[in-house]
Amino acid sequence: MSKVVAVTGNEAVANALRQINPDVCAAYPITPQTDMMQRFASFVSDGKVKTELILVESEHSAMSACIGSAAAGGRVATATSGPGLALMWEMLFVASGMRLPIVMPVVNRSLSAPLNIHGDHSDAMGARDSGWIQLWSENAQEAYDNAIQAFRIAEHMDIRLPVMICLDGFIISHSIERIEYLDDDTVKNFVGEYKQLNPLLDTEHPVSYGPLILPDYYMEFRRAQAEVMTKVADVVLNVAKDFEKISGRKYGLFETYRLDDAEIGLVILNSAAGTSKDVIDEFRNKGIKAGLLKPRLYRPFPYEEIGEALKHLKAVCVLDRADAFGASYGPLFMDIASSIYHYKDKPILINKIYGLGGRDYMPEHAEIVLNELAEIAKTGKVKTFKEYIGVRE
Amino acid sequence: MKLKGWKEVTPGAVITEAGSALKFKTGSWRVFKPKWIPENCIQCMFCWIYCPDMAVKVKDGKRAEFDYDYCKGCGICALECPGKKGNKAIVMEEEGG
Repeated sequence: MSKVVAVTGNEAVANALRQINPDVCAAYPITPQTDMMQRFASFVSDGKVKTELILVESEHSAMSACIGSAAAGGRVATATSGPGLALMWEMLFVASGMRLPIVMPVVNRSLSAPLNIHGDHSDAMGARDSGWIQLWSENAQEAYDNAIQAFRIAEHMDIRLPVMICLDGFIISHSIERIEYLDDDTVKNFVGEYKQLNPLLDTEHPVSYGPLILPDYYMEFRRAQAEVMTKVADVVLNVAKDFEKISGRKYGLFETYRLDDAEIGLVILNSAAGTSKDVIDEFRNKGIKAGLLKPRLYRPFPYEEIGEALKHLKAVCVLDRADAFGASYGPLFMDIASSIYHYKDKPILINKIYGLGGRDYMPEHAEIVLNELAEIAKTGKVKTFKEYIGVRE
Repeated sequence: MKLKGWKEVTPGAVITEAGSALKFKTGSWRVFKPKWIPENCIQCMFCWIYCPDMAVKVKDGKRAEFDYDYCKGCGICALECPGKKGNKAIVMEEEGG
């Protein structure tokens, strides 16, 4: 039996971690993740989990300790935000390169300077090509559900890759929402016993992790790692199918909202998708065929599937909560552009940068963008391909 | 030896064969080669202690010849060698010289 509760995103994910009961967790506090791991630390102190909690002096050390623990043969989790993820950067590639199934909620936060602690996707976007799988979450329920599914995806014997679960700092991490918890036993059975692969602590079968690989072999290992990424989408869908059986909640590689017959559409990640859906309903009521696509599996990016879902539209705006300085367009825009590039007939694509450093994304912003898209769809003319919205001149 | 293709390498570059470092003959990295001069050797074993690899061999408790399969030619042994009456028992010579 599931239980309906009113909790914050951080509380929900901390509860998922309690239900999963990892062997090791090495974490360092950083706003807005702090409250998640503080709650988890209480579970450890209160004996609610058997997790070995390692307190470290930095996020670089947190990820290093996670890597060591995962290589040793344990089920491992940690969590971070913004600059904490940036400090882990070097070790992120070590975790994925060693194919260690570490699970890490990332409570999305901006990067300094200027110093800012609020919701922004610059952190996870900076780590999008680190070889980690990324699942993005619109709300507390999705963050909780993604956290549970992440262990199954990461630990799948065909995959063995680390997974980030992204949720918006403060907007989701600190707001109270209605969500449904699964039973402890249901989660335990769903996640199952941890299966080790080449554990360092198996002294009967000694192994070495992290050898020097010179130009004669490095490329073969990278090619093999790239191949694993091609298998992730199927595993994500299979795990989602199993998850639907225990929760009744359906997940795919991405979510479409009123998109099938749409002429104009928004592509947007995480919490702002919720706001946008309301505005899309208003436009539909006015007779304007608007729709939305919200990526869930952002890495590996399901280019083909997303291209198929968007190709029939006349005009699409990709909204990025992070800018890619000097790259002309935001990171999500570049992926969406790549996904429709091969089609002869494709929508006109524009890019808006919104919500940086926790700036509110309001329904009016979605309205302005949808009106602009309607105009582009009618005339075929674009004034500006990329611009910031919600910014003072 | 035929090199493996990408489908044959172990996931995460994990080495599952114990002691396989023996197969990695790092002696080819050497630019300078240590030369042992037994008549100047006082059997202090400093070279054996200081060698960062295991390239100084010992036989029956006595200093034996270098293992040139693994000696990278770092020269630490020659630096540490006290020699006999000011004459070094290990000197570095240019490889192939």
